[in-house]
Amino acid sequence: MSSVFEYAPAPESRAIADIAPSYGLFIDGEFVEAADGKVFKTVSPSTEEVLSEIAQAGSEDVDRAVKAARRAFEKWSALPGAERAKYLFRIARIIQERSRELAVLETLDNGKPIKETRDADLPLVAAHFFYYAGWADKLDHAGYGANPRPLGVAGQVIPWNFPLLMLAWKIAPALATGNTVVLKPAETTPLSALFFADICRQAGLPKGVVNILPGYGDAGAALIAHPDVNKVAFTGSTAVGKEIARTVAGTKKKVTLELGGKGANIVFDDAPIDQAVEGIVNGIFFNQGQVCCAGSRLLVQESIQEELLESLKRRLSTLRLGDPLDKNTDIGAINSEEQLTRITSLVEQGEAEGAERWSPACELPESGYWFAPTLFTNVTQAHRIARDEIFGPVLSVLTFRTPDEAVAKANNTPYGLSAGIWTEKGSRILAVANKLRAGVVWSNTFNKFDPTSPFGGYKESGFGREGGRHGLEAYLDV
Amino acid sequence: MSEKSEQQRLSVFKTYKLYVGGKFPRSESGRVYEVSDSKGKWLANAPLSSRKDARDAVVAARKAFGGWSGATAYNRGQVLYRVAEMLEGRRDQFTREVADAEGLSKSKAAAVVDATIDRWVWYAGWTDKIAQVVGGGNPVAGPFFNLSSPEPTGVVAVLAPQESSFLGLVSVLAPVIATGNTAIVVASENAPLPALSLAEVLATSDLPGGVVNVLSGRTAEIAAPLAAHQDVNAIDLAGADEVLAKELEIAAADNLKRVLRPQPVDYAETPGIDRMTAFLETKTVWHPTGSLGASGSSY
Repeated sequence: MSSVFEYAPAPESRAIADIAPSYGLFIDGEFVEAADGKVFKTVSPSTEEVLSEIAQAGSEDVDRAVKAARRAFEKWSALPGAERAKYLFRIARIIQERSRELAVLETLDNGKPIKETRDADLPLVAAHFFYYAGWADKLDHAGYGANPRPLGVAGQVIPWNFPLLMLAWKIAPALATGNTVVLKPAETTPLSALFFADICRQAGLPKGVVNILPGYGDAGAALIAHPDVNKVAFTGSTAVGKEIARTVAGTKKKVTLELGGKGANIVFDDAPIDQAVEGIVNGIFFNQGQVCCAGSRLLVQESIQEELLESLKRRLSTLRLGDPLDKNTDIGAINSEEQLTRITSLVEQGEAEGAERWSPACELPESGYWFAPTLFTNVTQAHRIARDEIFGPVLSVLTFRTPDEAVAKANNTPYGLSAGIWTEKGSRILAVANKLRAGVVWSNTFNKFDPTSPFGGYKESGFGREGGRHGLEAYLDV
Repeated sequence: MSEKSEQQRLSVFKTYKLYVGGKFPRSESGRVYEVSDSKGKWLANAPLSSRKDARDAVVAARKAFGGWSGATAYNRGQVLYRVAEMLEGRRDQFTREVADAEGLSKSKAAAVVDATIDRWVWYAGWTDKIAQVVGGGNPVAGPFFNLSSPEPTGVVAVLAPQESSFLGLVSVLAPVIATGNTAIVVASENAPLPALSLAEVLATSDLPGGVVNVLSGRTAEIAAPLAAHQDVNAIDLAGADEVLAKELEIAAADNLKRVLRPQPVDYAETPGIDRMTAFLETKTVWHPTGSLGASGSSY
């Protein structure tokens, strides 16, 4: 929409993020080449520009990193909690100091808008380290008995949608509880994890406590299967989660999985429409919908469907898609060509199955990976776009008449990660929240996160919780 | 008449049956297997459950889940305590069965039965406390009310321990239902009779039909369809050996069941809360609080 408000470009300078032409793996406190010398390139999804060349971890590197983490474990776990806490507080502070740099870096490597990395990702990353820092010397009070013990070496595999935030979710509780870490970031977004390695060096973290292995799925699989890894933590797709669950079967490895979702966002006829529209937009278009807990299924009470859709379409027409480094950008680039292809194919299937597709007038940049915000109406529960996780800016709209029907439809999925409820009636919020089979229920809000608040799914959305007191359990022998 | 009184009275045998959906069916397969005591003396023919029996039990457990998980914690505690009351009344029967099943002396078996009844009472008291112990408010950095509460994970398949036919059985079953899950229990393969008799107690204890379903037979044979079943949410592998446990854990990955692996447990010890939390989900609910603005009154 170009008529009423014309925005001048307001680009954040990229000069603050000094990206080296190449990076190594971070093992035992040093940046090193991959054992087999392999490298891969990481590109900016908004321009397809090559940002850097990264060493690609293989199974030999995994073994080296696990050995380093094992050596470091003895001393790290024996350190008084108060000392471990201070290292984590240092890390939290350095993240705050460097947050602008990291926000720019993340936007370049991931494609998400700077206003999200700056205002959502980075503050949460620092907050996670602060929160878990404070637990390190209070573990006796966490509810897992006196003197709970760490597990050992944690093998962690994280996705590309929130590269640094997922790192914080995994590393902060692991270190606070006395474990050491080998972390594999996603192949499309390795940079912020490598910058984090530098933060560990600045903080004076002992060598080997944190090891970072950029690489592909094969490195992740080798890490998870490594016999000397005691704890496996994974965030990513349900399909890979199932594979991991099979891999750890019959071992003593403790495992937590944060997997996919197909969140229902339920709007009742007495909902505050404007607030609900903001929540719906936030629920599915935040981070281009590349969010496991995205509210990708909108369930609208039939009587207000027309009014709500009209407001929603009007609102979508004001979203600004384009340069992620522009501070006014709402919708950035899709993370990779592969992901764009997946979104495109699912959307085409939605059309082929008879759902009605709508997007606001929206010009897409010529280079980079882009997908316009998309809305589907006439969607039934049988449609693939209502069942499969699309992981893109695509919202499927379904309707319901009664609260029972809303609950039944919301729960009609193998996933169980998130849900939203919009109504002014308190008893209805509580009654519906009670019946939803989902790990997080946002009522009259959506996509809120906090380090003190446990997050995780029911059913095929995985096991375990991250965040809060609950998040400690995954890293303790309880 | 004196002739007759000299004759020993012929006792009445019991036909042991499965317990599914609050009813006592024979195995759908029509099969039974011989159960003998520790000295090899025949005790009874127990039903040899089939995969169809396992599937029927899942259907019953799913059907019962809404009501049982939706019952108040206080009500669940009352029902569990009622089970303990009924067990106390059948103390002698269970002492006999445990003595036969595990080759214990009468006094040792009685001690096991007492400990088992006490365990039920212990779990009865947990139903309305676990939420306070593992849930609570989260102090988020924003104007939100944020509360985490535990909820039952759903239908749980429980492979009862092989060696401890009664205390072990109750130690793995009670935590599953105390927290609001429904259960399909596979009894100890060689010593299933205490479990089948427990079903008779459950049936007369206000426990809704289907909340607990008891199957007897070959653990490996019954467990395989349960571990692979898409409508089972979790599995406790206590009664599986290492090889079977691994196989079942792989099958369970198909719908990401919660898996409790077999581990050495001293069932005589007072348990912790691990067996309850293993089958609980945490649900976190957020709501804006309408906090006070700078003007002092924005709500």
